Amino acid sequence: MRNSRTRREFLRNSAALASTAMLPMPALAQTAPRVVVVGGGFGGATVARNLKALDPKIHVTLVESSATFTACPFSNAVLGGLRDLKAQQFGYAKVRAAGVNVVIGTAIGVNPTGKTVRLADVTLPYDRLVLSPGIDIRWDGLPGYDEAAAAKMPHAWRAGEQTTLLRNQLTAMEDGGLVVMSVPANPFRCPPGPYERASLIAHYLKTNKPKSKLLVLDAKDQFSKQRLFQNAWKELYPDHLEWVSLSTGGKVTAVDPAANTLTTEFGKHAAKVANVIPPQKAGNIAQLAGVTNQTGWCPINPATFESTLVPGIHVVGDATIAAPMPKSGFVANSQGKVCALAITKLLGGSQAAAQPAFINTCYSLVAPNYGISVANVYRTAGNAMTEVKDSGGVSPLDAPADFRATEAVYAEAWFRTITSEVFG
Amino acid sequence: MKSTSGILACALVIGAGAVFAADAPPGAAACSGCHATNAAAETPVPKITGRSADETVKLMAEFRSGEKPSTVMGRIAKGFTDDEMKPIAAWLAAQK
Repeated sequence: MRNSRTRREFLRNSAALASTAMLPMPALAQTAPRVVVVGGGFGGATVARNLKALDPKIHVTLVESSATFTACPFSNAVLGGLRDLKAQQFGYAKVRAAGVNVVIGTAIGVNPTGKTVRLADVTLPYDRLVLSPGIDIRWDGLPGYDEAAAAKMPHAWRAGEQTTLLRNQLTAMEDGGLVVMSVPANPFRCPPGPYERASLIAHYLKTNKPKSKLLVLDAKDQFSKQRLFQNAWKELYPDHLEWVSLSTGGKVTAVDPAANTLTTEFGKHAAKVANVIPPQKAGNIAQLAGVTNQTGWCPINPATFESTLVPGIHVVGDATIAAPMPKSGFVANSQGKVCALAITKLLGGSQAAAQPAFINTCYSLVAPNYGISVANVYRTAGNAMTEVKDSGGVSPLDAPADFRATEAVYAEAWFRTITSEVFG
Repeated sequence: MKSTSGILACALVIGAGAVFAADAPPGAAACSGCHATNAAAETPVPKITGRSADETVKLMAEFRSGEKPSTVMGRIAKGFTDDEMKPIAAWLAAQK
């Protein structure tokens, strides 16, 4: 049965290809390479569309467990009441229209020797496999924080129901209630994300629940865009946001969902609303495929994004070990383009570009009309990813209000542009 | 055979969606993360495809030196030398 479904899909797609490319079908059926992409976020959907556009002969299947993608970038604005969750959601109609075979289902196994990906009801053969599974929560990473706890103390670090849950808790809270956020040690998805979230929750409290306060308990002493955030907090939220660093007792060591408390080495904090951003790892399928190492993340060749552990499997996006690149949507898109180009070269029997270049630009909103950014250019050096010397950096510390307002406008424009490229 | 059909296919496939090309020089494909190639995307960020290559190289040099003020572009321009920019600019110029 599995085989017949696979065969039907294969024939259907081959027929579609043949009519597009106007080539005889038998030749295609023998030669069309098959790429399966697992994960339809910024990384995976980018790889799938770029592959199809670079070489329409390639039979590209995108496996994604949800028919609707909910984007994480800008989901902090949903928490702050500045944006509707619907503005974060995208379907796959245009990805399908671009010639990608989109399969809504969950990949539950990979056979790297037989080169197949297993779903509940079908097995997909591949010549090259791309995994873009994003993150999974490390449910054993913080004592007391399991899946049941997440229903009480949301992480909201994968956007969707969790975002709505946390937003509803914030709106239901009485004025005067304490909100507590826990931030993990590196690495995790979206390095400036917790601090943008803290800013926008503080903005919500300041404007709607002025007697309330947000306490941020951090397992680090340093973080992304730190001085920009801290300057803005001093100016905008002196009474509504307190950040506690690692060295002043910020590291959360356990949580108790029944009591809604967070424990640090220095004491216990009782929260009215608790947002626990827990330790993370590569999405589950990466582990099942054997492409994660002892860190829980995926080592890759930075020029091709092929796993250094399992040949024939590429990994892009948050799941990769690509530091100093951050785990961001922009990076996943930038990596996806390089990965797709490398795969077309490898399938054609030639070498991938030896030294690709990548860009990252991450905007954060500190308040409406107040945006800040970090940007970098990256190149590979052997098996390492490196920042180009003297490039990049953060927004100036002393910029005037109109500069911040322009960056807030650019932040939203970036979101519209990248989502239109990937899903539109 | 492969490269010929690839180029032909790219020319045919570019439509409402993003710009792609097999021979994009290092870094070129990343620009569309901010500079829309999809006409449907509403943005104040300028379109950079179809612009003359000389003009793009000159603009990037001005962003790099700070002669032309910017929010983020100057920081990115510092990641590319004139020689690295030339093929990128030529590729962008050739895109619709």
